[in-house]
Amino acid sequence: MNSALLVNIFRFIMLLAIQVVIFNNMNFLGYISPFPYILYIILYPVNSNRSGLIISSFLLGLTMDLFCNSGGIHATACVILAYYRPYIFKFSFGLSYEYQTIRLNESLTPERFSFILVSVLLHHIVLFILEAFQFKFIWDILLRTLFSSIFTIITSIIIIYLIKPNKR
Amino acid sequence: MQQIFNFIIRNSNRLLFLLLLGISLTLTIQSHSYHRSKVISSANFLSGGVYERINRVNEYLNLKTENDELVLENARLKSLLFNKEDTTKLPLMDSLKGVKPADIIVSKVIHNSYSRYENFITLSSGANDGVKPDMGVINSLGIIGIVDDTSPRYSTVVSILNMKSQINAKLKKTNHFGSLTWDGKSTGYVQLRDVPRLASVRKGDTIVTGGQSVIFPEGINIGTVETVYTETKTSFYVIKVKLFNDMTNLGHVYIIKSKDREELINLENKEKNE
Repeated sequence: MNSALLVNIFRFIMLLAIQVVIFNNMNFLGYISPFPYILYIILYPVNSNRSGLIISSFLLGLTMDLFCNSGGIHATACVILAYYRPYIFKFSFGLSYEYQTIRLNESLTPERFSFILVSVLLHHIVLFILEAFQFKFIWDILLRTLFSSIFTIITSIIIIYLIKPNKR
Repeated sequence: MQQIFNFIIRNSNRLLFLLLLGISLTLTIQSHSYHRSKVISSANFLSGGVYERINRVNEYLNLKTENDELVLENARLKSLLFNKEDTTKLPLMDSLKGVKPADIIVSKVIHNSYSRYENFITLSSGANDGVKPDMGVINSLGIIGIVDDTSPRYSTVVSILNMKSQINAKLKKTNHFGSLTWDGKSTGYVQLRDVPRLASVRKGDTIVTGGQSVIFPEGINIGTVETVYTETKTSFYVIKVKLFNDMTNLGHVYIIKSKDREELINLENKEKNE
C-alpha cells in the first residue's frame, strides 16, 4: 500500500518533469506537441482510492497550467479524464474489470490499446476545445486533437514499455 | 440530517469532481475573458526557476545566431552614430528637457510558446529589476509583446502571437494607422486591421508602431506588407504583415520603460474621475 503511494508520487513528479523539459518544447509542424504526462492518470492503480485520483489529477493539471500559462485548461481536462476513467475501463475491458487485475504495462492487447486511445482522445478534445474557446476553430480543434493524440499515444506506449517496472 | 450526510458520503466522488471541475473551468474562463486577472501564470518562483535552468542549457546552443544578431545590430547602431543626418532626426530625444522619454531594461527570454492561440513569453527579470505590467518588449528586429504579469524575479509577456493582443501600428510612409492582431494561424504573419481604404499600400511597405499607445515609442519596426485585402463587413483594409522577427527563436530582449507613461495614465484617470 505504502509503496504504491510512493510509486505514484514518483510518477507524478517524473512525468511532469519530462513533460515540461522535453515534450513541451516539441512542436512538430509548428503546433503538434504530445502530452504523455496524462500517463499518470492512465496508469493509476485500478482499485485504488478514487477521490485521491481526482484530487491528484487536478493538481497535475494545475501544475501544467502553471508552466504553460494556460489558465485552467489542463486542470479541467485532467479532472474530466480522472472522473470518467472507470467508465472507460468498463468500455474497454468489459463489465467485470474490477475483478481482474488489469496491468497496463504488459503486452499490448487490443483492450489495453483501446483504453489508452479513448483516454487520450477524451483528454485532448477537452483540452483543445477549451484552448481555442471559439466555435470558428472547430476544424482546427479536430485536426490538432487528431495529430496530437497520435503523437501522445506513440510516446505513451514507448514510455510504458521503456520503463517497465516488473514488480508492483 | 442523517439523509444529507448519507447523500454526501455516497456521492463524495461526484461532488469532489464537480467542485474541482468548477474551479478549473472558472480559471479557464477567467483567463479567456479578462485581460489581466490570471491567477495562474508562469511568473512565479517554481516555473520561472525551472525555465531559467532549462534556458541556461539552450543558450549555449544558440550562441552563434545570437552573436550574428548582435553584430548586425552593432553595425546598424554604428551607422546611426556615424551618420550625422540621422542622429539629428532621432525621435527619442526630448529636446526641451534633454532626457530621453524611454529607458530600457535588458532581459532574456527563458520560455517561449508559439503553438497555441494565446501565447505567452516568460522573461528572466521581474519587479526587482523595475519591470511593471503594460511595458513594451522589443528586440533588435522588432516588437515582441507587452508585459502581462510580474513576480519579484520573473515576468510574463503577452506575445504579439496572441489573439487577445491589440497593438497600435501604422504605415511608415503615410501614417495611416490600424490595430495589429493575430488570427492564430501562422507564426510568421500578423494582421493589421481597420486601415482606411484611402491609404495607398503596396507590397513590401514597412509597418511600424504608431504613436497612439503609451506602451511603445513611435516608429519601432514590426514587419513588411505581404498582402492587402478588404474586409467585407467593415470595408476597411486588412493587411497581412510579414514579421521581421522570427517569433519561434528569441534570445535577448529589451523592455521599454516609458517615462511619459505614468503622467499620461494619471491624466487619463483624472479625466475619468471628473
